[in-house]
Amino acid sequence: MPLRAKVASSVSRTAAALSRAAGRGDGSVIGGWIGLKIDPDLLAHLSAGRAIALVSGTNGKTTTTRLTSAAVGVLGRVATNSFGANMPSGHTSALAKAGSTPYAVLEVDEHYLAQVLEATEPHVVALLNLSRDQLDRAKEVAMMAQLWRAALVRHTDVRVVANADDPMVVWAATPPGDPARGINPPHVTWFSAGQRWHDDSWVCPECGSTIQRSGEQWWCTGCPLRRPEPQWVVEDEGVLDPTGAWHKVSLQLPGKVNLGNAATALAVAAEFGVRPVDAVSRLGIVTSVAGRYAQVDKEGRNIRLLLAKNPASWLEAFDMADDAPTLLSINARDPDGLDTSWLFDVDFAPLRGRQVLITGDRAYDLAVRLDVNDVPFQHVRTFDDAIRSVPPGRLEVIANYTAFQDIRAELDRVI
Amino acid sequence: MSSESLRIVWIYPDLLSTYGDRGNALILARRARQRGMPVEVVEVRSDQQLPATADIYLVGGGEDGPQALGAQRLLADGGLHRAVAQGSVVFGVCAGYQLLGTSFFAKGVQCRGLELLDLKSDRGESRAVGELAGEIDPRLGLPPLTGFENHGGRTQLGPEVSPLARVTAGVGNDGATEGAWRGKLLGTYSHGPALARNPALADLLLRWATGAHQLPPLDDTWSDRLRNERRSAVAAARA
Repeated sequence: MPLRAKVASSVSRTAAALSRAAGRGDGSVIGGWIGLKIDPDLLAHLSAGRAIALVSGTNGKTTTTRLTSAAVGVLGRVATNSFGANMPSGHTSALAKAGSTPYAVLEVDEHYLAQVLEATEPHVVALLNLSRDQLDRAKEVAMMAQLWRAALVRHTDVRVVANADDPMVVWAATPPGDPARGINPPHVTWFSAGQRWHDDSWVCPECGSTIQRSGEQWWCTGCPLRRPEPQWVVEDEGVLDPTGAWHKVSLQLPGKVNLGNAATALAVAAEFGVRPVDAVSRLGIVTSVAGRYAQVDKEGRNIRLLLAKNPASWLEAFDMADDAPTLLSINARDPDGLDTSWLFDVDFAPLRGRQVLITGDRAYDLAVRLDVNDVPFQHVRTFDDAIRSVPPGRLEVIANYTAFQDIRAELDRVI
Repeated sequence: MSSESLRIVWIYPDLLSTYGDRGNALILARRARQRGMPVEVVEVRSDQQLPATADIYLVGGGEDGPQALGAQRLLADGGLHRAVAQGSVVFGVCAGYQLLGTSFFAKGVQCRGLELLDLKSDRGESRAVGELAGEIDPRLGLPPLTGFENHGGRTQLGPEVSPLARVTAGVGNDGATEGAWRGKLLGTYSHGPALARNPALADLLLRWATGAHQLPPLDDTWSDRLRNERRSAVAAARA
């Protein structure tokens, strides 16, 4: 490593430690930010010599990154940004902190995928899904797919592991090669993790025609774009691998969506030569991911935390949640997106018949939505009020990003 | 009303439903049913023909590509023009508002609009993103408009339409006026589920559709609280 990079890397680690010691954060961003100021190529220097996997998409990045790190861990030490700090400063910080490791698995914000592909020259990139998320500042879905596709054209040597169930992802993962210049399209391994949310892929990104669906199949009515045959498939409580062997997956994380994340993790690890039979038991070690799915016992209530940031992830959260009293908390601060319109893209009907409590900065937006949805609810001012309003037993908490962090803080930052 | 039930058509949800646009159909249907009106909501996808006999047509927001495609298909279909000629109500939001005019910009190209409202839209220097508020045209007799806007367009109104509101926060058409209306056609930059924050506007559309001068009041406790909370937030941001 060049001297400048060494200095930058060392300063980065120190700043991260200071940030943690000062109680200002978990240090997963600030160290990398300072390091990159000293050496803008620091991420590239820190990536050199490591076999790297990138994980990107709108939903499930953090959990899939954690599961993939566990799976790749069969081979040796893995550096990872496990706190969800998923921009280049977070990657830099994670790699600097980990020191020399043969492997790295990095969660990447979908807007930064092109930049991080460039800097880290990964062996594998996993593309999970694309759906509407914080549109007051994020790119619209078709534009995001176009950016991914353009980035992959420049990195046709990377191995892609992508979701066959999401038309936007399939299109992004299959840019045309350039045979005249001897450039082949990237090699893609397809997984099927199911997709509950379809409302961002009715229109073909290639030709603008309608996309038809029947069961798990989908196809464009105007061009050849259609669902590729997946090599990795969720089946019952396990995963079918490309040889047709079925592996039982016993996760501590709830929901079908996490079985899909497990299938993705096994597919990515296989690109490094990890056999699924060796990795599958390690997936069960993961209990919670940056507070997500954590369970906390307080005043006789077993509180479980579910993060839901956008319409697609709310649908998945309803699938995971038990039939129990449920607290919904909504904020609209900067990290959440300032616009609450998406509440009307979510059908809250699955909550009918449960005791529903609402709270958060934007509880009234949620109140109007639930009212229109015929879901009775009770508004509470604080998290403690919520706990006191439900009987002993399970309390499901579903919250968006900063609302989730607020509740984590009340519960003393459960991991 | 055209038949025994109030028919609401949501135009092209496959193209024009960027963020919560479904809310407007849900809210109109609920407020009509609460008054004892039977309601039918029809979702018409862009590869289907538009029925010309509904009472209310909703046109939502969309990205540039879908907006241009939606306008082309509506022009080719002709159903919305026939419906307007028969006196149907049209409510356009954001991209759906722009395409009711004579022209709009999408992907850097000027596109032909439906020419149902005398207005044209071009690109602003910056994107307008944030809370939008305004005093509504007194002839409509509505409380202040509140909403969230997210658009790159600036809209110039012609003499045949009136501004929906005078802007008190945000940008709207041009920083001074917001939205437009003429007859039973109304458009706004208050995007997505605009009627969630403006139940009185929803009732105006229902009155236009049914010919009722008055509708029985409903319990709007939660939308009133939401409106107050948003008004305070806008005032606090300005202070």
